[in-house]
Amino acid sequence: MHSIPGRRVILITFLIFLLLPIYWLVNMSFKTNAEIVSTMTLWPHQPTLENYKRIFTDESWYSGYINSLTYVLINTVISIAVALPAAYGFSRYRFLGDKHLFFWLLSNRMAPAAVYALPFFNLYSAINLFDTPWAVALAHCIFNVPLAVWILEGFVSGVPREIDETAFLDGYSFPRFFIKILVPLIASGIGVAAFFCFMFSWVELLLARTLTSVNAKPISAIMTRTVSAAGMDWGLLAAAGVLTIIPGALVIWFVRNYIARGFALGRV
Amino acid sequence: MDKTINQKAWFLVLPVFLVVAFSAILPLMTVVNYSMQDTFGNNQFFWNGVGWFKELLDPSTDLGGRFLASLGRNLLFSAIILAIEVPLGIVVALSMPRDGWSVAACLVILALPLLIPWNVVGTIWQIFGRPDIGLLGYTLNSLGINYNYVSNEFDAWATVIVMDVWHWTSLVALLCYAGLKSIPDAYYQAAQIDGASRWAVFTAIQLPKMNRVLLIAVLLRFMDSFMIYTEPFVVTGGGPGNSTTFVSIELVKIALGQFDLGKAAALSLVYNLIILIVCWVFYTVMTNAGAERPVKQGAE
Repeated sequence: MHSIPGRRVILITFLIFLLLPIYWLVNMSFKTNAEIVSTMTLWPHQPTLENYKRIFTDESWYSGYINSLTYVLINTVISIAVALPAAYGFSRYRFLGDKHLFFWLLSNRMAPAAVYALPFFNLYSAINLFDTPWAVALAHCIFNVPLAVWILEGFVSGVPREIDETAFLDGYSFPRFFIKILVPLIASGIGVAAFFCFMFSWVELLLARTLTSVNAKPISAIMTRTVSAAGMDWGLLAAAGVLTIIPGALVIWFVRNYIARGFALGRV
Repeated sequence: MDKTINQKAWFLVLPVFLVVAFSAILPLMTVVNYSMQDTFGNNQFFWNGVGWFKELLDPSTDLGGRFLASLGRNLLFSAIILAIEVPLGIVVALSMPRDGWSVAACLVILALPLLIPWNVVGTIWQIFGRPDIGLLGYTLNSLGINYNYVSNEFDAWATVIVMDVWHWTSLVALLCYAGLKSIPDAYYQAAQIDGASRWAVFTAIQLPKMNRVLLIAVLLRFMDSFMIYTEPFVVTGGGPGNSTTFVSIELVKIALGQFDLGKAAALSLVYNLIILIVCWVFYTVMTNAGAERPVKQGAE
């Protein structure tokens, strides 16, 4: 009863539509520039690893990946660390202004990055963090911390209150209860929240590009520079693109059942 | 869900408040400050009151014209992609296999576009659509359709829309799928006994049960498409002309391109206000329906 007529055809057509552009990118990344420009080939006729080799040996390229990973990791750690206690607070207690605070967090998750680009530039220049991974990591907190709070709040609410009460009766102090009992219970939730913090920080370009110039330049910004330059190196660009897809593609399997939940801020 | 009142919970929430306040309130105050002033360079600022806001809402001025035009384009864009992505997402969710390994495989493929960095999404479509080296552009042109997203406005729009459908329909589908999975089998069995048609099952059981997730999907898609920047920026750069310049692109042009701080700040505030209103609707939906707690999902 679940299904509709012709569902296989619909589904397969849609999946092909999703995969085709990605295939084209992968395909191009294994071609030489000469082959890309001169002929239209559905698969690389003279497959080459030259494009990948260049990225892994040229520092101006691979440093971009390192820079991106650095701020993404800092951001994920900060977001989860501050969001965990807050999620517990929101889930268990009522306090003055709790609902307003919860809404305010959401409104920051939804704020357009374009609005913040310029003030962030001023702010982080003023405190000498401009062009460091910290600037980007802190800037990305504006949407990742609320996201983590919302997701984790859902998971904490799934833990019965009786567990808290029993632990406190058994003489657990709050920090000990938190680390020894609560965190292991919501481990999968922390994983999901961390995945989404990682992902949203990884896919963002505008703030990351605005807040860096040389030393902390993320891979996404390095790629746009190549795009705007004359004499396009398509194969290299495609290879760089493929490499940015890999981190997400690697972990997607583990969070496949939580993807809808993560995008809906833990509310599905 | 009886929560105890405990003001000490503020200590648990304080770190979050501080981190987000640092990145949200300080910069926003700068924006408010700028929005009331004018500058002639050299860091000299002049009080301008609500001048920028007046100009912003008056289509006869340069600023107002640009803002309202980009706003109109953005709303049109949001409307089109919602009209495509929501029905398509529902259809895809309904087409999902019931069980077995293929479910996991479909979920993974569906989620793939969501995890690609936005500028790479732009790059993928930029390459894919090029008449000389892209599969799509090449195929269309060899079929005799004159397609070129760089010079033709209609083609640019079509590319940006198809790109967004490619990028985000999966989100609608995944949300709907999560909603569908929460429907107990008993409902379907009852419908079968009543001899309900396929369409009746959809309108009487599935659609009402998907109500909430659909609302979330529509609001999320509206907000994200209303803030879209990176993907069209990479593919079309806002062109040809200004035809795909959406609000965010216009704002970045004014703020970081021309360093017109006052104008940019005023635009930011109006822009933020619109988002805030939609956000409030979103929040009400999310929390009011919160009585039904998160649906337990799948294996593990």
